[in-house]
Amino acid sequence: MMKNNNLEIIAIAIMVFLFFFVGFAQSWSLSLSILNMCIISAVMSMGINIQWGYAGIFNVGIMGFTALGGLAAVLVSYSPVGEAWRVGGLGMAISLFLLIALIMTVYFINKLISKKPQKYWFIALAIFIGIIVINLFYKPAVNAIEAVNPATTGFLGGMGLPIIFSWIVGGLFAAGVAFVIGKITLGLRSDYLAIATLGISEIIISVLKHEDWLSRGVKNVIGLKRPVPYEINLQQTEWFISLVGFLNKSFLTTFADLQEKQDALNLLVIKTSGIFVKLNYAVLFSIVLLFILYLANKAQISPWGRMMRAIRDNEVSANAMGKNVVSRHLQVFVIGSAVVGIAGAMLITLDGLFTPASFQPLRYTFLIWIMVIVGGSGNNLGSILGGFIVWFVWIEAAPASKYIIEFFTYALEEDNKFKLHLINSIPYFRYLIMGSVLLLIMRFRPKGILPEKVRHS
Amino acid sequence: MIDILNAIVVLLNYIIIPGLSYGSQLALGALGVSFIYAILRFANFSHGEFMSFGAMITILFTWLFQSYGITLGFLPTALLAIPFAILATIILSLITNRIVFRYYRIKKSAPVVIAMASIGVMFVINAIVRIIIGPNDTKFFDGQKFIIKAKQFKVMTGLNEGLALKSTQVITVLVTIVLLSFTFWFLQKTKTGKSMRAFSDNEDLALLSGINPERVVFITWLIVGTLACVAGALYGLDKSYKPFTYLGLVLPIFASAIVGGIGSPIGAVVGGFVIAFSEIMVTYAYKKFLIYLLPTSLEPSGLVQLLSTDYKFAVSFSILVIVLLVRPAGIFKGKTL
Repeated sequence: MMKNNNLEIIAIAIMVFLFFFVGFAQSWSLSLSILNMCIISAVMSMGINIQWGYAGIFNVGIMGFTALGGLAAVLVSYSPVGEAWRVGGLGMAISLFLLIALIMTVYFINKLISKKPQKYWFIALAIFIGIIVINLFYKPAVNAIEAVNPATTGFLGGMGLPIIFSWIVGGLFAAGVAFVIGKITLGLRSDYLAIATLGISEIIISVLKHEDWLSRGVKNVIGLKRPVPYEINLQQTEWFISLVGFLNKSFLTTFADLQEKQDALNLLVIKTSGIFVKLNYAVLFSIVLLFILYLANKAQISPWGRMMRAIRDNEVSANAMGKNVVSRHLQVFVIGSAVVGIAGAMLITLDGLFTPASFQPLRYTFLIWIMVIVGGSGNNLGSILGGFIVWFVWIEAAPASKYIIEFFTYALEEDNKFKLHLINSIPYFRYLIMGSVLLLIMRFRPKGILPEKVRHS
Repeated sequence: MIDILNAIVVLLNYIIIPGLSYGSQLALGALGVSFIYAILRFANFSHGEFMSFGAMITILFTWLFQSYGITLGFLPTALLAIPFAILATIILSLITNRIVFRYYRIKKSAPVVIAMASIGVMFVINAIVRIIIGPNDTKFFDGQKFIIKAKQFKVMTGLNEGLALKSTQVITVLVTIVLLSFTFWFLQKTKTGKSMRAFSDNEDLALLSGINPERVVFITWLIVGTLACVAGALYGLDKSYKPFTYLGLVLPIFASAIVGGIGSPIGAVVGGFVIAFSEIMVTYAYKKFLIYLLPTSLEPSGLVQLLSTDYKFAVSFSILVIVLLVRPAGIFKGKTL
């Protein structure tokens, strides 16, 4: 027990050290932006930890749930495009209604007809007719919406609410989709679930990429409203300028000339405003992180958490003890995905833009898995640590490998083809490093840096 | 009558021929996944990267031969390079087996854990490929591109519709047939193949009968390396080589393997064709086809397309889900070779 506590302290010390190291060695602005992404990654890996560490569910569809959170950020914060609603809103509403009707029909056919082959034929027929009928309303509506000012809008827009609400909505979106997927696939074996989630994440991304009326597709949504002040506004705010002046009092007094002093102050204000904005983000994200960490830890030591562990470690016995394994799995799958969705909304909030084409499985799915495994599956603090370390390595891998390559090839001339080739492929060295880290951790410390704490009582 | 012939040619040109070649590529890939699953009992996420690696080595050797002026005439030089690439892929797969997978197999880790390790392998191979050849599109096809050109066919038959037959498509199908028949012959007739089937059926019993697990695993990686390399090279030859696409191939390959019944070789092949044909058929616009068959009054105004081609993934995924719901063990009740 003692040893584990020491490890935790060391872990937190490492995170703080990394933060200050970048701050002093490179710049505080970079350090803070890495910190922000670290926190978001930590939330994501905590979501996956809830699924994998608590219940042993192998979900490789993280990218999809992240993107759903991002979609929520767009739909909540972007101001509604009235024109698009006027020309296409009705058609969309009818299509949605028809889609719900179709799903209900399929559901009832499934319930009512019990003979196997006939049932499937009827369902196939219903879906076939349904798609054709829906397309009658859907296609014109889509065309009408996408024709509305395609260069700047061309989509329905959002609700125009503060973007911070999208964090909740993103969680709900992800939870809803997770419920549907889980309902279909959780009864299956774990590797089938993995493939199914991989598939659904690809589908979500391709829907977001190609349904322009919903998310503008590959045209991207830019200029999402921020939950924190803009640098430009800050630089003209009275209290901020005086705060900067107050903080740098001793530095500013070295200037004798009033004009020089004013210029130095202005420079400081510009520099500090960027840092201040990032600090605001960091505070907001940390609140979410700590809140989720608190809840996750509470859940883990509760009877519910113990039941989850029992199901994970021995499904058959847990089933024999009267635990409903499938519905518990569904529950934990939905909760974990919701956490990932929240993180996705936070990510898009931080970026301020939504680019569906940028979602790639290596970065948004498998990297998060590496975080969970490296940090220690089953340990919430561990997955936060994993998120911090892995994201840090991911960012710093490029400069580090550049340094190493230049060190080893310093004897070669500048225009040496081999050297140039290596330097051009620096971005890919991070994949090499990440893969090796995962393999090494799995081989030599399979429980991760911070192993799961099992309370025997 | 002519209209019906035209309609058939349209179907051949846009559905059947592309479906056959894409299906062959998927079948080879799925067969590799199935072998790993049957013998080593885990879902190998790095299979796509093995394919990518094989294709890359094929390209490198093709360039080498081309620089020496060695070509195969009207056949692509890549065919000459594939044997060397197979050798390289086999070496790579044996190395990964020795460094990574062997440890977990001996420890008898859970399948999910080994699958996770394969994600690590995926990252590493992905990086190696991109460091060596870069992320860009590479075309390495040379030789005669078409066996029948669309125009030639029109002149030859006097039909309105042209039929284009690319030589890569024929090569793909032929190589697949050769490779598949060899694999099935090997599994059914040779002693080693039988020992592999025994091992996949019941590991403990196989060990008791004196089958050497190291040897079975070694042979498995030989076969998997060969299949992966050929599948990757053929896919690259047919479309064009881009490291990024091979990651996306993992999904249809797994879908094929699971639809057919994961672990069953025949299932993998059938699954590959099922997935390939349904992807193409659902996303094909039938307008042209219907114009020939229907009277002018009934001519369709739209494209008559069930789903746009952007949703290829959705098709393979839906087939996967449907099969899993209706027949959870897959078409051929897989699990063993």
